[in-house]
Amino acid sequence: MMRDVGTVTWKEWQELMLPGGSLWGGAWSEALIVLGAMGVFIPLQVGPAWVQSPVAVCWLWLPLLQMTGMIAESIAGERERHTLETLLASRLPDEAILLGKLVAAVGYGWGLTVLSLLVGLVVVNLGHGAGQLLLYPAPIAAALLALSLAGGLLVAVVGVLVSARAPSVRQAYQRLSIALLLAFLPIFGTQYLAGGWLAPPTAARSDILVIVPMLLGVLFVADSCLLLIALRSFRRGGLGLD
Amino acid sequence: MSRRIEPGRGEWAVRTEALTRHFGAVRAVEQLTLEVPTGTIFGFLGPNGAGKTTTIRLLLGLIAPTAGRAAVLGYDTRVQADAIRCNAGALLEYPGIYERLSAEDNLEFYGRAWRLPGAERRARIKELLVHMDLWERRRDSPTLWSRGMRQKLALARVLLHRPSIIFLDEPSAGLDPEGAVALGESLLALARREGVTVFLTTHNLGEAERLCDQLGIIRDGHLLTVGSPDEIRARAGGPRAEVRGRGFSAPLLERLGEQPGVLRADADAGCVRLELRDGAQVASLVRLLVTGGAEVEEVQRYRPSLEDAYLALVSAEP
Repeated sequence: MMRDVGTVTWKEWQELMLPGGSLWGGAWSEALIVLGAMGVFIPLQVGPAWVQSPVAVCWLWLPLLQMTGMIAESIAGERERHTLETLLASRLPDEAILLGKLVAAVGYGWGLTVLSLLVGLVVVNLGHGAGQLLLYPAPIAAALLALSLAGGLLVAVVGVLVSARAPSVRQAYQRLSIALLLAFLPIFGTQYLAGGWLAPPTAARSDILVIVPMLLGVLFVADSCLLLIALRSFRRGGLGLD
Repeated sequence: MSRRIEPGRGEWAVRTEALTRHFGAVRAVEQLTLEVPTGTIFGFLGPNGAGKTTTIRLLLGLIAPTAGRAAVLGYDTRVQADAIRCNAGALLEYPGIYERLSAEDNLEFYGRAWRLPGAERRARIKELLVHMDLWERRRDSPTLWSRGMRQKLALARVLLHRPSIIFLDEPSAGLDPEGAVALGESLLALARREGVTVFLTTHNLGEAERLCDQLGIIRDGHLLTVGSPDEIRARAGGPRAEVRGRGFSAPLLERLGEQPGVLRADADAGCVRLELRDGAQVASLVRLLVTGGAEVEEVQRYRPSLEDAYLALVSAEP
């Protein structure tokens, strides 16, 4: 099973990053835009608070939004390009096709997040370090990694479910963008919270110990439920061949 | 029916029993009972919307039947579809080529999907691409390839894992005649060499006649007939003759129709068409026409073609 998941993931990544066997035309340009924004521009603007406060949490939606294009295409794109039926006629199990596409999308989104956070760390140290090594405090680092992973999985599962039912990639993308916007509204809202939540590192750390586990719990439950629904509903007979 | 047999080793590669599939009010496949012997090339013919593609989807277990049952390589399509797909290859309505992958990566992906070990996979990919004359273009994206090249790549993908049975849904559709013949020859050579059963749908009757051991003709979901191309041709009737000229009067036609070797005689626009019994002599019939006052310019005796037989079957009243 894991080997089959790996095979589908390999195919998805080849299509995404090395289309036609070359780097040209891959998703690098879109990834670089996110990396530039979340790894360079915003950290430079925010300064040391980028690593010392949970402000980066508010920007986790950016790489996740980047994932939507990939995940919207996952099934609807195969259907639109007439490759879905051939894929379904192969020996790959339904679950491996689903999980392979999820792993590829989550890997892309989460990988981009981690890379952006690392680049952001370097940029903040170069721009605002003043001879001191600034690092993400452990609770913030753990929160960023866990939230982006759980959030990425949520986007990916919702995306696959939407994509499997959408008649076209365009519609899948539209539906998914709306769903994502609604999901991230509360996070956008955190920018308007009392400044104290974001600015002083010590207060933020204590808040984060309460809020993030709760948020992770909610995401974990949502991810688990949606993943179960996806695994049950993703069946050859239900993918529009009728 | 549902007993398991060694893949590809049983007597029948495909067996269906009253297989039926409805889509709402549309009866796509109705009571289809069919047996395809292992190791043969079976041609499934029929007009558009006759139920050919639906039959292939049913046999691959991609959709469930409304009623009836089917077994492919001894595996029940309802409960052992995974085993069928493990041992089958399919070129469906579209080539199913990933245009964002190179030709080689397309095969690499499906080689991995069928779990071919690395060295064997690479050797097999090379063997097939060389055979299909695509090896030099293996790193190309197939986006700008001709339809024929894409079909050849798709055929290579179908054969990659040495399946026991392959399903081909109109593989030569959209190809020029040379391309269709070349693809057919590739298919025939590979099928014979590798001993696979081929289940082929096509509108190209010449291709069906040239390639297939057995043919089935389906219309509106109903199987009309099954047999070898010769048998199906024979079912369209015995020898025929066409006489072109002038002066084919009604009494002359009536006399012609009364001759012992003649089953039926029709005339229109300077042409008499005769349906004959086996062994009937055309020369004596021509003599009768000439002595009766007709002028004969050209006489042609022929056997009904597969096309004649096919058209007679699919255009007949149900």
